[in-house]
Amino acid sequence: MMRAVATAALAALSLAAPAKATDQQSFEQVQRGRYLTTMGDCVACHTAPGGKPFAGGLTIATPFGNLLSPNITPDAATGIGAFSDDQFVNAVQNGIGSRGQRLYPALPYPYYHKMNRTDVLAIRAYLNTLDPVSNAVEPNQLPFPFNIRMSLLFWNLINFDRTPLTDDPDQSPQWNRGRYIVEGPAHCGACHTPKTWLGGDDNSQALKGAVLQGWFAPDITPDARKGIGGWSEDELVAYLKTGVIARSSASGPMAEVVVNSTSKLADADLRAVAIYLKGLKPGTSQSSRPPSADDPHMLAGKAIYKDSCAACHREEGDGIANLFPRLKGSSLVQSDDPTTLIRMVLEGSRAAATDARPTGAAMPSFAWRFSDGQVADLVTYIRNGWGNSASSVSASAVKDVRGGNGPDPVKAGQVR
Amino acid sequence: MARKLPSKDVVIIGLGWTGAILANELADAGLDVVAIERGPWRDTAESFNVGYAPDELRFAIRLDLFLRPAQETLTFRNNLNQTALPIRQFGSFLPGDGVGGAGVHWNGQNWRYHPTDFRLRSHLTERYGAAAIPDDLTIQDWGVTYDELEPFFDRFEKIAGISGKAGNLKGAIQPGGNPFEGPRSDEYPLPPMQMTYAPTLFAEAARSVGYHPFPTPSANASAAYTNPLGLSMAPCTYCGFCERFGCANYSKASPQVNVLPVLMRKSNFEARTDCEVLKINLDGSGKRATGVTYVDTSGEEWEQPGDLVICCAFSLFNVRMLLLSGIGKPYDPATNEGVVGRNYSYQTNSSVQMFFDNKTFNPFIASGALGQSADDFNGDNFDHTGLGFIGGAGMNCVPTNGRPIQTRPVPPGTPNWGSAWKKATKESYSSAFSMTSQGSSYTTRGNYIDLDPTYKDRFGRPLMRMTFDFPDNDIRMSSYVNDKLLTIAKAMNPRQIVANKTGRPYSVVPYSSTHNVGGAIMGADPKTSVLNKYLQSWDVPNVFVMGASAYPQNAGYNPTGTVGALAYWAAHAIRTQYLKNPGPLVQA
Repeated sequence: MMRAVATAALAALSLAAPAKATDQQSFEQVQRGRYLTTMGDCVACHTAPGGKPFAGGLTIATPFGNLLSPNITPDAATGIGAFSDDQFVNAVQNGIGSRGQRLYPALPYPYYHKMNRTDVLAIRAYLNTLDPVSNAVEPNQLPFPFNIRMSLLFWNLINFDRTPLTDDPDQSPQWNRGRYIVEGPAHCGACHTPKTWLGGDDNSQALKGAVLQGWFAPDITPDARKGIGGWSEDELVAYLKTGVIARSSASGPMAEVVVNSTSKLADADLRAVAIYLKGLKPGTSQSSRPPSADDPHMLAGKAIYKDSCAACHREEGDGIANLFPRLKGSSLVQSDDPTTLIRMVLEGSRAAATDARPTGAAMPSFAWRFSDGQVADLVTYIRNGWGNSASSVSASAVKDVRGGNGPDPVKAGQVR
Repeated sequence: MARKLPSKDVVIIGLGWTGAILANELADAGLDVVAIERGPWRDTAESFNVGYAPDELRFAIRLDLFLRPAQETLTFRNNLNQTALPIRQFGSFLPGDGVGGAGVHWNGQNWRYHPTDFRLRSHLTERYGAAAIPDDLTIQDWGVTYDELEPFFDRFEKIAGISGKAGNLKGAIQPGGNPFEGPRSDEYPLPPMQMTYAPTLFAEAARSVGYHPFPTPSANASAAYTNPLGLSMAPCTYCGFCERFGCANYSKASPQVNVLPVLMRKSNFEARTDCEVLKINLDGSGKRATGVTYVDTSGEEWEQPGDLVICCAFSLFNVRMLLLSGIGKPYDPATNEGVVGRNYSYQTNSSVQMFFDNKTFNPFIASGALGQSADDFNGDNFDHTGLGFIGGAGMNCVPTNGRPIQTRPVPPGTPNWGSAWKKATKESYSSAFSMTSQGSSYTTRGNYIDLDPTYKDRFGRPLMRMTFDFPDNDIRMSSYVNDKLLTIAKAMNPRQIVANKTGRPYSVVPYSSTHNVGGAIMGADPKTSVLNKYLQSWDVPNVFVMGASAYPQNAGYNPTGTVGALAYWAAHAIRTQYLKNPGPLVQA
């Protein structure tokens, strides 16, 4: 109810003339900033576990070493309280800190560069309303030579596309809005676009799926098998809004994205995102060589599936609506990279819990019950059962995900 | 001394079904609610992992989810002439522990009590005359009627996703359902579960001798379901690990599956687990509760002030909480005065076991509430004229499990171990099953609960003392219905039939039922009840007491469905009446 009132108030104000766009005390400006802060999911990176929201300190692992997220509360000494508007915009959109230092692109400024200045200042206006938290963070924890920020000049030269985003007149306003959200504030490609050896986005493969921090963020282009080609616009909207639909449940890092960000966005914006994603050019699917149904690994995997998975995901991989995701036809299951699938079997998973779908169903860990070979057979079966098609998975791939030092399945009693 | 905390609008003692329901309803009304639960936090993801949830040794034998006697126990005696001794290992009944309470470990049979059960004394007097009620029975009306509760039965069934078949829709008898049930405003939210062989055989036999079997109403979901709160259940997998276990499949209705994930999202609700309430505090007048005092696991005491205190513990512990807090006058069987502890009752059960040749029942395909029942001899569904007793029992064929440790049916006379036992086990495991009669339990002057004069708990508080034995009336009733089960058994033509009738004295050792009811009963007269019809204390109007402790006597049904209905009924009264004008909702 309160939300409905707030939304109505926002809508009413939005109709008013865009009078004081830079007025930091404008209700409209602050509410708009709060919405964009949610869209950007700023809180996810700028909050340490158990820490105050936006006070920074979260460790962000990169291939080059660790960074700590800075404090973005308006504390003058340790946060962004002393920043001028220009300093704030320069940091967020150009990756240049308040002292002129180059910022590491863990802050996805190449995305925020696509945003318009008004929106960035709205975020500033919202952040200014937070309680200042004194929390000094030294973001740079990188080893030599990556700790030398001048290296970023070179990085930016190669990876930082400064082309501004302008509306494509041949496309609908919704498509343009969707592109703005995806390529700007929501920075979807930060996870879903493969990276070059330098850690920059490989734009030739934009949104075609990537491994990040031990999870595979799947292809979100309209590839029919491993992307969202088979998803309807309505399904995409419902997924982003609720986190749980019949064909898929948001889990892992995406569960956090749904809970913190997309579930709180306006339906019209989610629709715009869906329209934009559905309009992308699908990549050419790698032709996988699926194992035959009588392959011994497939047979072993099927037996394990029947024993340990079918009670929830059902014999034919159909799942249970709103609780246990469908595996048959799942794009995540058929992704070229099986990392996430292996990880879910080993570690278990918990679906996003949202107002619309509050259950947050959990899948238990099977690391203690299955050997690497058993997980490999199981995952191979799931990737190729019921009409699915994807490459086989080897025991060594499972061992890599397990980290080589996972629990000994023989000590199966260690379950708590 | 206890450290005083900031005050809350509502303090709830215990976070099981009723605590979760009241907290959710009152948080929705905008109140600031805290639930204080003495056991641990439990949820499906963390506590009922499918990888180890069906561990019979851990959960069914070592009773992992249950209250330890070292936490709290009670003393027991059969009658006033005995000295009660402490129960050092729970047996006949098993109180739960932790978030979810009995809603975690139940089998999931979800019944509505019969309309006549709610006005028992009035009904029997109208039909048979006052003289037909045995003098030693203290049975009475509930002060609330079935019709008043009907919308709240419906609400609870929809929250819990109950599977069943209506037998009476708005007065029209429906084929396939229970023709004896009270009129329902709506069908069950889910259809009945898929029937297994033994209950199917029972139903055919019961029908052949003129009875009216129907699918037992089940809280084990027959299909995928999303309840009015947006919480989802998965279809039951018929694994047969229900009673004594948490369900890992989101299939058995529980606070964890059906209420708590929504409640826990609310910023105006807080659950404080591993915190045990010592007593409800009263002001100087003794007519107003000021909050509770509780102790955390480090032994530190806290005072939690609150405007409204709601007792949502297991029924027995609600009664003890009132006795320890001095709320209401304790019952004294010598003078027949006082109310708290009066009219404790139980459940009068019997069974008939059958051994077959050439039949295979696959008992491991089961659920705690998957079966068939017949109500022909329940309550006052049959003419009691000349029978010498009142009350009745549901006849149930609900083979709840085929678990390897506990389900080893063997014919009487089989040795308890060795090759003969193994042989008999092998022969009988799949070819035997039981039927039960779950009977009413009618109250007497001598069956009651008070505080023990000798034994104390780890905090120095007196233990609760239970004085109970089966009245003659109930023994006769149970024997009568057991004979009806034998009629059904004979119609199935088994090789061997074994009848297990209820006898005296009642023993607290073998498991019988955790349907302990009464002791803080509701009613229309403060002289004979603790609570008014809205479950509000007559003496301290800002205290409400939920649960089966409010039942003036027990009927031939599992209590949970009515517990759920009463919780929604009380929550509705608090929201629509009490909050507008805090004070007694019924004038004494």
